[in-house]
Amino acid sequence: MRTILHSDLNNFYASVECVYEPSLRAVPMAVCGDPAVRHGIVLAKNMLAKRAGVQTGEAVWQAVRKCPNLKIIPPDYPKYLRFARMMKAICAEYTDAVESFGLDECWMDVTGHERGGEAIAGELRRRAREELGLTVSVGVSYNKIFAKLGSDMKKPDATTVITPENYRDRVWPLPAGDLLYVGPSTRRRLAARNIRTIGDIARSPRELLRTALGKSGEMLWVFANGLDQSPVLREGEGEAIKSVGNSTTTARDIVDDAGAHRVLMALADSVAERLRAQGLQGRTVCVSVRDCALYTTSVRHRLDHATALASEICTCAMALFRAHYRWERPVRSLGVSVSALESLEGDVQLSLFADARDRRYDLENAVGDIRRRFGHDALRRASLLGGGEIHFLKEN
Amino acid sequence: MAHRVYVRVQVDVDESGKTRPLRIFWEDGRSFAVDRLLDVRRAASTKAGGQGMRYTCRVRGREIRLFEDDGRWFVEARDAAAE
Repeated sequence: MRTILHSDLNNFYASVECVYEPSLRAVPMAVCGDPAVRHGIVLAKNMLAKRAGVQTGEAVWQAVRKCPNLKIIPPDYPKYLRFARMMKAICAEYTDAVESFGLDECWMDVTGHERGGEAIAGELRRRAREELGLTVSVGVSYNKIFAKLGSDMKKPDATTVITPENYRDRVWPLPAGDLLYVGPSTRRRLAARNIRTIGDIARSPRELLRTALGKSGEMLWVFANGLDQSPVLREGEGEAIKSVGNSTTTARDIVDDAGAHRVLMALADSVAERLRAQGLQGRTVCVSVRDCALYTTSVRHRLDHATALASEICTCAMALFRAHYRWERPVRSLGVSVSALESLEGDVQLSLFADARDRRYDLENAVGDIRRRFGHDALRRASLLGGGEIHFLKEN
Repeated sequence: MAHRVYVRVQVDVDESGKTRPLRIFWEDGRSFAVDRLLDVRRAASTKAGGQGMRYTCRVRGREIRLFEDDGRWFVEARDAAAE
């Protein structure tokens, strides 16, 4: 089962303005386009303006009529873009599968990540608060649609988890209009058939929705039943994938090679599993290291053969780490990626130890199958269990 | 409450791109050497507003939080002291 996160920066433009001018939090304020150039609508508002009834998308004059003391701020797009990039960079520390949805929202596929979706969601919220001064709502689920719904359910600064066990209770009572791609027109057409909630969509015969709304009706039925399988698209959607990587910021700083090896092994496991799932293997292994002073370095090595084996990726990553990291400071986060990709089924040059490697592929594929069926924790490497021999610094 | 005071800063940038503030120039012409750099991290200024790379420095025995925000540097100054 996949683990998908959807993060949504709360009242994004307005919140960024409040970061720079904290006194704006105490008055109703809205970021509005310039009426002189026909952009005179509310782009974002703070909580006080929201309480006064100000709505995003309405004309400035309407908003001022509702809230006469509304403080109006002009938008500063370069600043918002900078904050959006910083948030995306934080997300990219956990997975390279980060798909933007507008400036302030994105999906992340963290399937197989050792920290788990809810823990990562909590960390995203903490880091957005501390590093950017913003709050973020995060939905955690097993598909993109429910993850997005989750991030909308509780705001601000909240995590909502939607699972195969609870989606009927949490999602189905919501109005149909809360579902992605159900706009006012679709909502009206659904209402005409007495379909008013997401549960109503889910329980309707699939054919009925197809007849009523065409292909998109069937798509909504799939969404409402939690059956969406669409992948989280990486940067440059539609283009061939150039690399597969995972990174993690550990709960406590890593202070020795043994600790680094444990993390690199877990990352290599995840990268290899994702490579094989996409029928890919790669020749270049890259390790990125961020120390506790937030300085990042990355080093890479080109192998003499392409691989999608966790054991080979980890061996190479560890050798790179040992050769280049001098332990001047403890390590805060590590990343492993594999690039120079080619098809796993393709014309692969045989190495001297082909038989042994075939057996390793069989073994890692079998491990992957078990994890897909029974969850990632169903089978773990002995080297990743416990941790008595690994010494961590205390948390800051 | 505090507010941001934008300042001129003398920095050292090493071969790897690491930036280290060396001296802070106050608007009245005084300047203060950074005696020690205690911490560097990305952070929002909860006291004065603003956001950026935060350099926590020891200056004349006092801890100063110096922010680099998109090329500009500011310190958090207490409102009363700045008047």
